Amino acid sequence: MKTKHLLVLIVLLFEWNSMYSQDKEDNKVVHDFEMELESEYRYFYDDALFEDQKDHFPSLAIRPEYNINWNKGYESINFKGFFRLDVDDERTHWDIRELYYQKAKNNWELSLGLKKVYWGVTESNHLVDIINQTDAVETFDGEEKLGQPMAQFTWITDKFGTFDFFYLPYHRKRTFAGEKGRLRFPVVINKDDLTYESSAQEWRQDLAFRWKHYFDILDIGVSHFYGTGREPLFTFDETGNINAFYPVINQTGLELQITHNAFLWKLESIYRHAKAQDFFALVAGLEYTFSNIDGNGLDIGILGEYLYDERDELALNALQNDVFFGSRIAFNDTQDTSILIGGITDLESNSTIFSLEASRRFGSSWTAEIEARIFNEIDKNEPILSNFREDSFLRISISKYF
Amino acid sequence: MKKLIFAIVAIFGVTAISAQSAEERGLQIAKAAEKADEGFISSIVDLKMTLKNKNGQTSERLLVTRTLELTEDGDKSLIVFNSPKDVKGTSTLTFTHKVGSDDQWLFLPSIKRVKRISSNNKSGPFVGSEFAYEDLSSQEVEKYSYKFLEEKGSLLVVEQDPVDPKSGYTRRVVTYNKSKGYRLEKIEFYDRKNALLKTLTYSDYKLYKEKFWRALTFNMVNHQSNKETLLKFSDYNFEANLAEEDFTQVALQRAGQ
Repeated sequence: MKTKHLLVLIVLLFEWNSMYSQDKEDNKVVHDFEMELESEYRYFYDDALFEDQKDHFPSLAIRPEYNINWNKGYESINFKGFFRLDVDDERTHWDIRELYYQKAKNNWELSLGLKKVYWGVTESNHLVDIINQTDAVETFDGEEKLGQPMAQFTWITDKFGTFDFFYLPYHRKRTFAGEKGRLRFPVVINKDDLTYESSAQEWRQDLAFRWKHYFDILDIGVSHFYGTGREPLFTFDETGNINAFYPVINQTGLELQITHNAFLWKLESIYRHAKAQDFFALVAGLEYTFSNIDGNGLDIGILGEYLYDERDELALNALQNDVFFGSRIAFNDTQDTSILIGGITDLESNSTIFSLEASRRFGSSWTAEIEARIFNEIDKNEPILSNFREDSFLRISISKYF
Repeated sequence: MKKLIFAIVAIFGVTAISAQSAEERGLQIAKAAEKADEGFISSIVDLKMTLKNKNGQTSERLLVTRTLELTEDGDKSLIVFNSPKDVKGTSTLTFTHKVGSDDQWLFLPSIKRVKRISSNNKSGPFVGSEFAYEDLSSQEVEKYSYKFLEEKGSLLVVEQDPVDPKSGYTRRVVTYNKSKGYRLEKIEFYDRKNALLKTLTYSDYKLYKEKFWRALTFNMVNHQSNKETLLKFSDYNFEANLAEEDFTQVALQRAGQ
């Protein structure tokens, strides 16, 4: 019902603008509709640790996109929808990833609506990135996000960099895998059972700010977020029950990258303060690319990052004192074939997660992806990661673009 | 004896003068070509890239290129991919520098990430095509040393040696057309072993604002792999009056959204 209304609104806006556009060439309206259909198969080859968990997960997803812009592209409405059908009832979900109006003029830009914003420079963990809630059932790497309602104002200066101001009126909870799903805890967490520290609940009015600039080879970002955190805080009582809630946090973030010849030196760091918890975390590392090594476009990049999290074992992502190593291979062929392989290993135990992601285009409108995540020698004492120790999986997906 | 010394001095002197003038004349031509194209301020153009492999199979890419002319430093450019659809919205922002490495940012629309990337990879292929990154970057005079080779009617042939050791070429042999505002007609690229690697020919020239020659077709043939890439430009828009604000990381994200 809600989506129907939105579509009507979009169509009306479009009609109005196209009528208006006949007056002036500058007001030429450009619109564009696109859609991706994806079929996916995930296979967990180890016996499930918990009852009711399945091994085979065939799934379908659809991603429609619509963009309309006028005023030479300085004004636009952008929409990205998402729906997935999966064996796990919680992974069957839909979302409006983006639906916002944007206006840009000279040295400022304003966006109103549901939008996605990315902050950060490192590869193995995205500490600083806090504007959007993670779509935790969608991918293991946490790179898929839920649309966040916001007003974003950007002010661009010549000498002092770019200033971003965010007003975030509504918080969205994270979804966890359901009964049949893998990558979950023994107790199925229903997102509605998680409470808020703020009495305003999801309607707490949150604020964020970021300054971004570059000086020659140095790119820098400094940000601050004040509001309900995106990560729930888990506490365990004496009887072993999990109590989880979303705390009100102040988080300051720093991003640094030095781009020197084929080296990228990267650092991301946060300090998060809440009533129940204070901690510091960082990721630091480098990326070096051997480019065009065969004279035919083959690039091989090597990546290394160190991850530290003061929360120790209660870090939700279990990356408290770890090393990430990896390699990015890009063939730069007409099919854009690329492979990313890597591993994250705990420096205190032998717990290691290996990963592989490969993708390639077929024809002009098909793509295929292969992903593998292998949990190796996971320490049974790791409070969070140990629950996933039998959840190594292979994933294959094929997408068609319309 | 005196005569001999005189002859040696004369020969040496002549060669010195002619050697110097070949280099000077080459530089002079490159500067004249740069000057002839000065004052376009900004442009927007749609581009269709057709990649052809040695068996004749083709694949296409659609891009939009925005360029901002700068005189004190190299030009700024913003390239947006519209096709293939899986990479739609992928965009790059490049600040060319007359001296030193260019600054470059990449926007990945699927995760909305802006990433500063190394411009170190000059010799690698641009999106699987026969064009290397260095073939498509802004052609600043300072990036080569020059040697005039020959004059054929209004055609001037100049050898250009890349200053940057990371270039994939030992030299390029460039043909300018003096009577058509020093526009480029052809470039032959010689690889690091000094073997002929590629030939780029420019055609379908159109004169804009009575001053700026733009080739609407570029054809790059790789003689070693027998692959080809054809670039077809649509009409250039020189009236957009783009400014510095249209070439920022904010504009990069806006262009790719």
